[in-house]
Amino acid sequence: MTTMTDPPRQSFRLSMLLNDTRYRSYTFQFIALVVLAGIVAVLANNLVVNLAAAGLNISYEFLANPAGYDINQTLIPYTSQSSNLQAAWVGILNTLLVAFLGCLFATILGVIAGVLRLSKNWLVAKLMSLYVEAFRNVPVLIWILIINTIVVTMPSPRAYRGDAATHEMLFGVIAYTNRGVYIPAPTFGPGSMIVVATFIASIIGIFAYRRYAKNLLFNTGKLLPTLWPSIALFFVPTLLMYFIMGMPIGADIPALTGFNFQGGIQIQRPLIALWLALSIYTGAFIAENVRAGILAINKGQTEAAASLGLRPGRIMNLVVLPQALRVIIPPLISNYLNITKNSSLAIAVGYADITATLGGITLNQTGRAIECVLLLMLFYLIISLLISFFMNIYNRSVSLKER
Amino acid sequence: MKKTVFLGALTIAGLAAGAAAAATLDDVKARGKLNCGVTTGLVGFAAPNANGEWEGFDVAVCRAVAAATLGDPTAVEFVPTTGKTRFTALASGEIDMLARNTTWTFSRDNDLKFEFVGVNYYDGQGFMVPKELGVSSAKELDGATVCIQTGTTTELNLADFFRSNNISYEPVPIETNAEAQQQYLAGACDVYTTDASGLAATRATFEDPSAHALLPEIISKEPLGPLVRHGDNEWGDIVRWTLNAMITAEELGVTSANVADMAANGTDNPEINRLLGTEGTLGEMIGLEADWAKNAIMAVGNYGEVFEGNIGESTPIGLARGLNAQWTEGGLMYSPPFR
Repeated sequence: MTTMTDPPRQSFRLSMLLNDTRYRSYTFQFIALVVLAGIVAVLANNLVVNLAAAGLNISYEFLANPAGYDINQTLIPYTSQSSNLQAAWVGILNTLLVAFLGCLFATILGVIAGVLRLSKNWLVAKLMSLYVEAFRNVPVLIWILIINTIVVTMPSPRAYRGDAATHEMLFGVIAYTNRGVYIPAPTFGPGSMIVVATFIASIIGIFAYRRYAKNLLFNTGKLLPTLWPSIALFFVPTLLMYFIMGMPIGADIPALTGFNFQGGIQIQRPLIALWLALSIYTGAFIAENVRAGILAINKGQTEAAASLGLRPGRIMNLVVLPQALRVIIPPLISNYLNITKNSSLAIAVGYADITATLGGITLNQTGRAIECVLLLMLFYLIISLLISFFMNIYNRSVSLKER
Repeated sequence: MKKTVFLGALTIAGLAAGAAAAATLDDVKARGKLNCGVTTGLVGFAAPNANGEWEGFDVAVCRAVAAATLGDPTAVEFVPTTGKTRFTALASGEIDMLARNTTWTFSRDNDLKFEFVGVNYYDGQGFMVPKELGVSSAKELDGATVCIQTGTTTELNLADFFRSNNISYEPVPIETNAEAQQQYLAGACDVYTTDASGLAATRATFEDPSAHALLPEIISKEPLGPLVRHGDNEWGDIVRWTLNAMITAEELGVTSANVADMAANGTDNPEINRLLGTEGTLGEMIGLEADWAKNAIMAVGNYGEVFEGNIGESTPIGLARGLNAQWTEGGLMYSPPFR
């Protein structure tokens, strides 16, 4: 039998800061903080003193000055007379574009490869293992360069020229050159907006129908087919409206004029190289996450679902994957962050991302290295925190709701 | 206690870094080596040869400065820099001088706080195209894809040229000359643009140089020269007058072959005697040995020898002297007198 009694309260003495375990950790944390602050202060002071000694100052006025250089891929209006700030925006949008495309493609690739790696088919499983191991274990910069080199060895636009052309356009509409891939762009004539509206309406219709089918299943147990009606809804109304309106949407087919193909949409070589490399590299990591997530689900779940008579596809979609998502999402967030940050390797292939415009050419032409690098750090910090924020919201929505 | 020592050491290191800018010559002498920034490799200007030794037109300037200050032209640590890294390398003190076909511009001189000590090559930006394209003027390049080294003045000139001629182009930014060469040869770009001398040097390394043409337009002035940091005028003077010594030596007919003889036996020309240190105290004035210029010339030769040996018409690069001839020959090479 023991009785709990408070130890007699001692008055605080200075030596307790070192000898008393209750205070000791605070003491050391405080010392560490002071040392850290001291180091930062010394480094900052060193920078300021040396900049002053060299007669330089920190100023962001250069952002308003004309940039003076051209950029190959601009999603917003930009000329060489635009400001350095506008050039930075062009870079930011290019970074976001390749990051978005990369995340999308990597996720699709990763999920497929991850699921297939667990396949009972020996060949498929081994092929996926090969993909994962080969891509995960070679630095992403090497992959970017390899894919860039592959694209560079494609025919140059010159090969399409004249009577002695050695290459023809794919299906007569797609040109693949070592400067990028040119695909037809849609042109919108009068009445085309109605077709587009019909298309959007049918997409909404597909979701509404699926929701209805799901509710019907849950409420009455009646199972409606969803795949074929969805496909029909996707194509039929839009095509009908397209012909009713007299085919208002045409295609602007790229054609070789002068040095390059003109018209259509150009997907430039740097974007292709960077996008594919980031996707397949990160896809290999995501595949492992997906595999881990699936393996983390107790085998009893699968067997229980099978004993209820569910088919293997349904078991995967309805039982295993929803639970696996809880394991998959957190590492997926870090993979998305990796894609975004790895996109700064863009300069290796001449893709005009933010590191190439603000952190590359602007930095060089203005000589404002510290200012540019600080801005760059701020941008990547903000974008990474935003991605984490939104993915965490999604993570909470799929995580186990404890009641 | 330990913390104080640590912080103290850091402070001293910081102060030392600040003071390093002041006496470059002492640093170089203490180190026994000159740190010289050059290109990552441009044949004729600065590139390692088959034995791994750097050689070229810009390398000669580095070697001349090393010979003038240390008496040994091989006491040079060559630091390869790209168009992007060169200024940071110089500003941070990683290199003592930069001899890397760098264009002397107002903003680099004033805003970036560098000191261009002179011009060793008067250049201009040109264009190279494959002959099969049938282009004879840069104004016909509407819509072309152009390979360009990023972080250079050529990038800005290019934008200005196409804008003022109201034609469009698509830039392909590239980090190094070697990369540009690879992309250009693969046909990933129609045109390669950089300084005309660089184009000639690059073309000389092609398998079939005759299949590529340099267009007649020269769209900019590119005075290339060595540079140092602001703030150490003594060091700037040493580099400046080493370059001037090479130019003056050519004008006076002093070559690497006859310089030893001239210095030993003296000449009738007092300016040669002053240059070679057998008369007057020029070496003392600049803070070097009396034979500093003699050492530099003996090591690399005069300006004309360096030009002919590395990029002249007898080399694969085959550049004519043009603007870079002596002023007496109708060129722009003109050194102030050694007096």
